[in-house]
Amino acid sequence: MRTALFLLLLLAIASVPGSLLPQRGENPVAVDNFILKHQFFGKLLDSLKFFDVFASVWFSAIYILLFISMIGCVIPRTFQHLKLVFKAPPDAPKFLDKMDAYSVIEGANHAESKELALKWFKSKRYRLKIAEQEISAEKGYLRESGNLLFHLSLIILLLGIAFGSLFSTNGEAILNIGDRFLNTPTSYDSISYGRLQSPAGLPPIALTIKDFHATYNPVNNAPSDYKLQVMAQNPFNAPGKPITIKVNSPLTYGATKIYLQANGYSPIVTVRDVNKKVIFSGPTIFLPQDANLTSSGAIKLPDANPQIGFAGTYVPTFSQRFGQAISSAYPESLDPRLLLGVWKGPLGLDSGIPQSVYKLDTSRMVRLGTVALKIGESYNYGFGTVTFNGYTQWVNLQIVHDPGKNLALLGALIALLGLIFSLLGRQRRIWIKFGEVIEIAGLAKTRVSDLEVEIKELLSRINP
Amino acid sequence: MSATNWGYLSNYGVYTAMIFYTVAFVSHAIEFSFAIKSEPVLVGNGNLLEKNKTVFDFTSTRQSGRLGSVMMVLATASLFVGDVARGISAGRAPLGNMYEFSLSGGLAFSLAYLLGLYKFKMRWLGTPVSFSLLLILGTAITLLYRPSAPLVPALKSTWLVIHVTTAILSGGVFLLANCVAGLYLFLEKAERTVGRPKYLAQLPSIETLDQLCYRLVALVFPLWTFAIIAGAIWAESAWGHYWSWDPKETWALITWIAYAAYLHARATVGWKGRKAAWLCIFAGSTFLFNYVYINVWGTGRHTYSGL
Repeated sequence: MRTALFLLLLLAIASVPGSLLPQRGENPVAVDNFILKHQFFGKLLDSLKFFDVFASVWFSAIYILLFISMIGCVIPRTFQHLKLVFKAPPDAPKFLDKMDAYSVIEGANHAESKELALKWFKSKRYRLKIAEQEISAEKGYLRESGNLLFHLSLIILLLGIAFGSLFSTNGEAILNIGDRFLNTPTSYDSISYGRLQSPAGLPPIALTIKDFHATYNPVNNAPSDYKLQVMAQNPFNAPGKPITIKVNSPLTYGATKIYLQANGYSPIVTVRDVNKKVIFSGPTIFLPQDANLTSSGAIKLPDANPQIGFAGTYVPTFSQRFGQAISSAYPESLDPRLLLGVWKGPLGLDSGIPQSVYKLDTSRMVRLGTVALKIGESYNYGFGTVTFNGYTQWVNLQIVHDPGKNLALLGALIALLGLIFSLLGRQRRIWIKFGEVIEIAGLAKTRVSDLEVEIKELLSRINP
Repeated sequence: MSATNWGYLSNYGVYTAMIFYTVAFVSHAIEFSFAIKSEPVLVGNGNLLEKNKTVFDFTSTRQSGRLGSVMMVLATASLFVGDVARGISAGRAPLGNMYEFSLSGGLAFSLAYLLGLYKFKMRWLGTPVSFSLLLILGTAITLLYRPSAPLVPALKSTWLVIHVTTAILSGGVFLLANCVAGLYLFLEKAERTVGRPKYLAQLPSIETLDQLCYRLVALVFPLWTFAIIAGAIWAESAWGHYWSWDPKETWALITWIAYAAYLHARATVGWKGRKAAWLCIFAGSTFLFNYVYINVWGTGRHTYSGL
């Protein structure tokens, strides 16, 4: 028991760094920055897995040891308890007056008293052992039963978590309105699998993004509602079903759920070369930079001659205070502008170094000009023209498959039930001896017990 | 009435409550401080050595204490109006940011005290309770105040009320258990060395405090467990994962584990008294750390405080 207690406290302490240091699973960029900033100390922490605490060997070791110690304690106790439940209550101790709430009744009729006492015990659902000269009664196994149920269900919870993480998939996809998403590995922007899950296990779901609507509160510009309308097919060739996805109501197909996680703007741009030939046309996903959805992104044209890149900022509601940079005043597109910096030169896409699609690497490029466009306006940058046609919206869908979820929930709920039982139950024994006088006494296993009140009630029944 | 008017009513309610709490604090303080009398006593056998002895005489100050209790009732009523009006002005349960969390939590604390006053005659707690409430509301209106507004989409869920209410209630009881444990440690030390101070003579025995602390924790532990489970169910529908080791989640688990350790230490290993009280205070501190540090300076997804 002391070991389990030690491991419990150790588990609590081991969780602390995971909440105070940035974690790779949640925020890999913050981890890299932390290591850069703290150099040796950061690398030391990294090698000790302090940035992946909850997946680290030492953290797992603690909770696995804890569960082993718990199982080792709970299983024998379960058998012991079951044996006790099916056994008759123990005989009365030799000296009842050493027990609690000892009372004596003198001059009562033994047979009559015995009958009255038995009647009372039965109405209170005590378990009884009746002998010629004494009655042993016991009640309140709920406490230990609940206690054991609680610990056993923690094992169910752990199994649910383990099963879920082994067979899960978790992926994200960014889609513009009008896009169609097929649930295959290549459709995802990022996807990760559980150890025993293969890419072939994805259910055949297809989604067409029909419409997205965000409502904002004009007082503080905070979002008040997001509503995504999709046409869903399961399997791929099934007839489409219109479905609304909101933040707290994901689309559910069995153990697979599709969540609306983020959204933003995609300005639609058409680029023509000097011969008026269209070399690019369509929406480009821009990432929000602030609460008013000032968004930035990049359009890269590696096939243009020379190579052209646009570093863009989309401003849904244009505002410029004197002496300050242009920014958005409201997250809705009330007065949109597209600010473009046009760059000429090698984009660096063939250098082999991975680069962000949302950022332009201008280190080897030359700026041709900057412009702020309203919808419908064009800008001639010498090697062609760029037209701002309008905007559409994108949504970030998170698609999670976790088959262990329900088992984990079941485990958690049974644990709660067991916990409540273990608090309600009060184990106690009452003995009655019929000798020269009638002796009554009891024993409460927990201090939180109204044994005396109960015995008083029994006394008044036998000897009114 | 418009949402703005309800908002004003809420603010007036909170200000009025603060005035009442201030009067209550002063009345309770007067009840105690003016009850301290020193009277000469004879020491030694017949040598008539005079010595001043501190005694408590509540006969003349009882009125002040009663006034304090009346003020506590009025303050609670005003705070109730303030909290409810805030909810109406925002069109939802007043649990959306840290300001509203403080109002609702303070109201729960105040109601718990009134219940204790009614059932257990706990007027001796009036001074610290009214002072704590002044601190809570003072912090709320100065540092945490945000204009009343609808919720962000992630918070629009029935689980908000379930998860946050159970978390607030559990937190309130954890803090109460901490107060009891702290009191236990203070009295235990005093009784071991110089004896219990006179002005605390009315307080229960240290054994009772020890037992009370255990009962409070045992009672509220399932509620805290439920608050965590409710949070997990909600997280599953709002964030996609029922558990993602968000700092607040991690600390909620740390608190859970610490109290589980406390219950085990008491029930199975047989700890009680000083060791158990310290463990209880440790567990309660993890909750406080979670509330203060993670809400204000923390990162992660539980950052709805509006700060």
